[in-house]
Amino acid sequence: MTLLRTYILPRILQWVFVIFVGVSITFLIPRLSPVNPVENMIGRLTSFQSMDPEASNRMRETLTDLYGLDGSMLDQYISFWGRLLRGDLGPSFQNFPRPVNDIIGDGIWWTVGLLGTATLVSWVLGILLGSLAGYFPNSLWAQFLEKTVITIYPIPYYIVAFVMLMLFTFYIPAFPLVGGARGTPALTWDYISSVLYFGFLPAMSIILGSTAFRFIMAKALTSTEASSDYVRYAELAAVPQRKILLYYVIRNTMLPQVTDLALSLGTIFGGALITEIVFGYPGVGYVLFNAINSADYNIIMGITLLSIVGIATASLLVDMIYPFLDPRVRLR
Amino acid sequence: MFTTLRDLLRYSLSFRFGTIILLFAALLIVLSFFSPYEPDDRRAVARNEAPSSEFIFGTTSQGQDVFWMLTFAIRNTLIIAGIAVTIGRGIGVMVGMLSGYIGGMFDRIVSSIVDSFIVIPRLPLLILIASIMRGQMTIFALGLMIGVLDWAYPSKRYRAQVLSLREREFTHTAVFSGMSSWKIVIQEHLPFIVPFLLADIVSGFLFAIGIEVTLSILGLSDTDTQSIGSMIYWGNYYQSLLTNKVWVLIAPIGASIVIVIGFYLVSVGLSDYLDPRKRLLRLQVKE
Amino acid sequence: MSTIVETKNLKAYYITNAYGVERTVQAVDDISIAIQEGESYGIAGESGCGKSTLLKILLGSYDPPLRVVDGSITYHLDGKAIDAESMTLDEKRDLRWKTISYIPQGSMHVLNPVRRVRDTFHDFITAHRNVDKDESYKMTAEYLKELGLPEKVMASYPHQLSGGMRQRVTIALATILWPKLIFADEPTTALDVVVQRGVIQLLKEVQQKKGSTLVLITHDMGVHANLADRIGVLYAGKLVEEGATRTILDNPRHPYTKFLINSLPSLKDRGERASIPGRPPALDKPPLGCRFHERCPLVQDKCRTIDPQMITVAPGHRTACHVVEEELSHVPSV
Repeated sequence: MTLLRTYILPRILQWVFVIFVGVSITFLIPRLSPVNPVENMIGRLTSFQSMDPEASNRMRETLTDLYGLDGSMLDQYISFWGRLLRGDLGPSFQNFPRPVNDIIGDGIWWTVGLLGTATLVSWVLGILLGSLAGYFPNSLWAQFLEKTVITIYPIPYYIVAFVMLMLFTFYIPAFPLVGGARGTPALTWDYISSVLYFGFLPAMSIILGSTAFRFIMAKALTSTEASSDYVRYAELAAVPQRKILLYYVIRNTMLPQVTDLALSLGTIFGGALITEIVFGYPGVGYVLFNAINSADYNIIMGITLLSIVGIATASLLVDMIYPFLDPRVRLR
Repeated sequence: MFTTLRDLLRYSLSFRFGTIILLFAALLIVLSFFSPYEPDDRRAVARNEAPSSEFIFGTTSQGQDVFWMLTFAIRNTLIIAGIAVTIGRGIGVMVGMLSGYIGGMFDRIVSSIVDSFIVIPRLPLLILIASIMRGQMTIFALGLMIGVLDWAYPSKRYRAQVLSLREREFTHTAVFSGMSSWKIVIQEHLPFIVPFLLADIVSGFLFAIGIEVTLSILGLSDTDTQSIGSMIYWGNYYQSLLTNKVWVLIAPIGASIVIVIGFYLVSVGLSDYLDPRKRLLRLQVKE
Repeated sequence: MSTIVETKNLKAYYITNAYGVERTVQAVDDISIAIQEGESYGIAGESGCGKSTLLKILLGSYDPPLRVVDGSITYHLDGKAIDAESMTLDEKRDLRWKTISYIPQGSMHVLNPVRRVRDTFHDFITAHRNVDKDESYKMTAEYLKELGLPEKVMASYPHQLSGGMRQRVTIALATILWPKLIFADEPTTALDVVVQRGVIQLLKEVQQKKGSTLVLITHDMGVHANLADRIGVLYAGKLVEEGATRTILDNPRHPYTKFLINSLPSLKDRGERASIPGRPPALDKPPLGCRFHERCPLVQDKCRTIDPQMITVAPGHRTACHVVEEELSHVPSV
């Protein structure tokens, strides 16, 4: 089928390429940096207590092995891939010998839940509001929304999250400062409602930033669409506005929006990480924060690898939706 | 050039506001050279003073005047962002334009590579790099890092610009009249690309400032150098929120918000002005 | 024959003011025409002569910066005279497609690319008639068949159809509710000659079936020769000549019309075709006097300063030219 050939196969190839490049970069970074993580670690350990040379040598060996830094570059590279394909991300240093997979696994579902919901809500909200604002640019509320969005959009995620934290957990103690939920995981209303309660503010903070971005894009796309020939023609023929908005304008802006979603997943993910750190939400971001502070490189590396693979795959999946929306790609 | 600036200032509300904000920031940067304290000075003034007429933004628990710290912070953050933007846009322009002009298989391969780079999430990578380099980070290195990761998306846009310019009537005319390719690029196309570049550079600052702030807050940049993000880092380190000394945080947070909005307003004003549809309206009546 | 739509001294300008630059383009300047019910009226002229603007006004579909500055547009429907300017937007929309319809220029892109043809038809039909999907599909299928368009067009997406096919589908779309007054803007431009013929045939058929009025706007005199009963020639926002097609083709009086007709190739004459020297004037600073005077080979002093008024050369044939006026005044009256 031509669709397979012209669209699906190249995308999959690109997915492979992205993962390959991403993993290689992640591999190279610790090895190219002027800082040797092993020495660094030893330095940290000996700053609190002295170690006899024998012990520190053994430590050196162990660490080198742990970080996969023994052997030539090529050897390391091959064994790196080997471990990766087996799903082995190595052990955490801080919580030795607990494997990195485990630790990340603890947080992954929190992140997926937060990220997924926030992305979905901001996507829909942003497109709806932005399209309406683009189609009715002179209405009062459209202008108001635009001014508001202009102030929110450029602000870095951290600041947004932090300000919300300050306002709604500290000054107005409406929401909890840290945590993901209360109690043990179960399918009870108690537990689920606490998940919603704890997750509300972090989700809001992501939604604020993402919706702003989506809004701006939707508004720009819609104003362009609204002046396209087929929209003008349908308007001339007195086709009802609701129909035009839905089937002529928004339906057509969906296409670049979907493509853009695939590209911006990386950024939204970054925002989610930051939000978790700010709110102490027990997801991957929080794990990452602890790893940064304790210089647990295996975890940092593991999360980096995971995010590369995850985002690339999510992006691929979103791209796969595209042909269903655009008949020009689907049919000859 | 100056007529453009004048037009923008007069008729674009957002450009005007943005420029005012940025001028204010520039003023603060200039002030930083006249600061009575060195950026690293501790115990230079009374500790933990709330904002007053003597200390406009108060002082930190390390005895530093928040206002003067802020001037240094703004200066350094913008230097880092400047380095990042120069490197990022430099690479982006080259890759985008080369790809657009050369075309063919080269273009297709390069575009696929560029697309792949866009998908790779930048923050985790930056965190990885920064945490490995921890303690050895300099302003320049930080700027370099950020720049090296922000060329992909811009390069797509430059490529698009070049592609559309190539297809324009005046390009064909120039080619047919025997103009050399090099001349075409410089004389015919550059006047279109330069304004686009300017608007893009301004938005480049947005991302760079945002990332610098984020990384510094996490303690991943040069914590000894004042920057907006590191001010927040130290503020958190000394628990300013919980010990009710929140002015230490409000200054850098406020500054980051205002400056970033300033850049954004300028870029909105610029890109509105460059919008080809609006351009038609602006055409002067030729005598 | 009765008039179905007419303009009287219509002036419509584009007035813009952005970034401190004010600009007025006098696109339609003092035009008076009366289109008769059931006829094919052709509006001819080069690009930039104001024909598209005139069309927008006649359709009642225009927004700022286009404004009617002076004059009137009147529709005569069901025995009533309706002033277009006084109509509300809803009243205007009510007339669309059922009474007044439009076949646009660039029919390449007027069909929604993500919607199947039959659904687009459904959208347009249900805007004015209360039918459900099945009924409108049926209506569409029947009409397409009547016009000789293949059935498979119904379920297709626009990009699957050839340019010519899309154009014909658009004509069907515009006329499916049998409007009384059809405006066609450059319906054959950018189509190859064979397809052009098909489109012209189709337009003729549509018009003849229900006796609708067709207003055809194109710079292509050949199309006018094939379709129009009467032709109005526009130049730089002004009407310079108007008459029956045969008259205009055989006996043009205005120097501009003469050039237009002479530039048409004919099978018999192998002589060189002259093109008009110079370019049409920019309409934001139109020249004083007759707008054609800068390019006119018969130009006199009068032409440079005084704007010529419409005079009748013969019944049903009028033109605006000082030179012609002079000639006529010397002809002894019978």
